Amino acid sequence: MADASIIPAGITGMFDLLSPVAPGWGANLLRGLVRSLQIAFGAFGMGLIIGTFGSYAKLYGGPIARDLAAIYTTLVRAIPELVMIILLYYAGTDLINRILEGMGYQRVDISGLVAGIVVLGFVQGAYATEVLRGAIKAIPQGEIEAARAYGMSPVLMMRRITLPAMLPHALPGLANLWLISTKDTALLAVVGFSELTLETRQAAGTTKAYMTFYLAAGALYLFVTLFSSVILESVEKRARRGMPSVKEAR
Amino acid sequence: MTANVAVAADPLQPGAAEQAEAIHIENLHKRFGALEVLKGVSMSAKDGDVVAMIGGSGSGKSTFLRCINFLENPTSGVIRINGEDVKMVSDGHGGQVPANRRQIERIRSRLGMVFQNFNLWQHMTLIQNVIEVPVHVLGMKRDEAMAIGEQLLERVGLSAKRDVYPAYMSGGQQQRGAIARALAIQPRVMLFDEPTSALDPELVGEVLKVIADLAKEGRTMLLVTHEMKFAREVASHVMYLHNGIVEEEGPPEQLFGSPKSERLKQFIRTVS
Ligand SMILES: Nc1ncnc2c1ncn2[C@@H]1O[C@H](COP(=O)(O)OP(=O)(O)OP(=O)(O)O)[C@@H](O)[C@H]1O
Ligand SMILES: [Mg+2]
Repeated sequence: MADASIIPAGITGMFDLLSPVAPGWGANLLRGLVRSLQIAFGAFGMGLIIGTFGSYAKLYGGPIARDLAAIYTTLVRAIPELVMIILLYYAGTDLINRILEGMGYQRVDISGLVAGIVVLGFVQGAYATEVLRGAIKAIPQGEIEAARAYGMSPVLMMRRITLPAMLPHALPGLANLWLISTKDTALLAVVGFSELTLETRQAAGTTKAYMTFYLAAGALYLFVTLFSSVILESVEKRARRGMPSVKEAR
Repeated sequence: MTANVAVAADPLQPGAAEQAEAIHIENLHKRFGALEVLKGVSMSAKDGDVVAMIGGSGSGKSTFLRCINFLENPTSGVIRINGEDVKMVSDGHGGQVPANRRQIERIRSRLGMVFQNFNLWQHMTLIQNVIEVPVHVLGMKRDEAMAIGEQLLERVGLSAKRDVYPAYMSGGQQQRGAIARALAIQPRVMLFDEPTSALDPELVGEVLKVIADLAKEGRTMLLVTHEMKFAREVASHVMYLHNGIVEEEGPPEQLFGSPKSERLKQFIRTVS
């Protein structure tokens, strides 16, 4: 039998390590979490904007717009995200600086936050394009035709009819994208951006309490997911308010 | 018969004081690739006219109706709505497209289209469907649109369904709601494309009654229908379309009472 006092001692030690005040590492983890969420939000939002344009280009665009959108979604979805992130992060910042130097400006230090959002947003945009394209195609064509027949301009139609009508079809896919977005922030650890995973690695490496910190980080990711699910569920319920429930239609 | 008072007659039109021409179409052609669906159709409707269009399946009735508000671009022909000639330009592939999108949008917002499949917007309640175009396209104040919308729902017998989503309404209710949506824009002309053919037989009557009431109050309408008896009762003019050509037309008594063309005789026999 092991010494029973080890467990309580271990637990108090764990709390000390995770305490938000120094010498605990809790504050570092929380700071990492906030940064992860900032990036996830920004990337998801940027993905939605790119996705809206991308899906419209694919569905309604001329040949050039359609081809560009097809190349974009194919490439981004074919290349592993990690490769994509490293490529875009280093090549992207380097390219910007070369352009700036070429134009006779100083090099700039691109903020990790902005770079992270842009890189992940670019990846998210490709998936969002496909989610939104499928959702727009799921709208009964008659509703779009009615909007045209009543003289709606393309922009008004998008705002009043197409986007709200496709939302219920898009939400399950978009919810997935949001969750992927929160977790993909961890990939930015490889380029040295101190989001939750990197903060965790540093805390764990310094204290050698690997189990404690990685479990804590896992719990934080899980908490984000659970919280998101609650919100997403209510958003979906609202978006589907005009639709009979699937069970009723069975 | 008095015209729809909501739309002022165009003072520039000669003879506008009596009965202005709401729709004037000359020699309309429409081709889908190699298939020529409309081969020179002309028609005209003055304010207060109820023009019924009949004809077999595939004769081009829907296509004709859809050309009037440019849901399809006609291949050639003159289209004049509200006394306004629609300008077309070549699309570079042998067809033509409207020169000015704004003009098309303006014309469309004065034509109340009612579809075979209702096509109410599913993410909006009935009243929201009815006020959508007045508020967002025509720029009417929300309160005003609401007041008009509620009156219209009462007229089509749907006040109780005001806040209900279309998916929870019967086909007949949805179609009456769609008629209210069309009326809400105070249309110069109502366009109906087989408004009852997607309905269960027991629901047809309630929709036809609403349309007949509109005809009685002097609304200008163009009505594509398979309901011959109804066309005979409400129409002031009937056109029989066959293979993209107007084979015969005239007042309903003449067309149904003593049809001249052999095809029309046969058509009337088969559908009645
Ligand atoms: N978008 C299109 N592309 C190609 N052909 C079309 C298109 N729309 C209609 N057609 C063809 O044009 C012809 C006329 O169609 P239309 O829908 O106008 O007939 P209709 O008289 O309304 O028939 P119904 O009584 O069955 O509704 C048909 O042969 C149809 O296949
Ligand atoms: Mg038809």
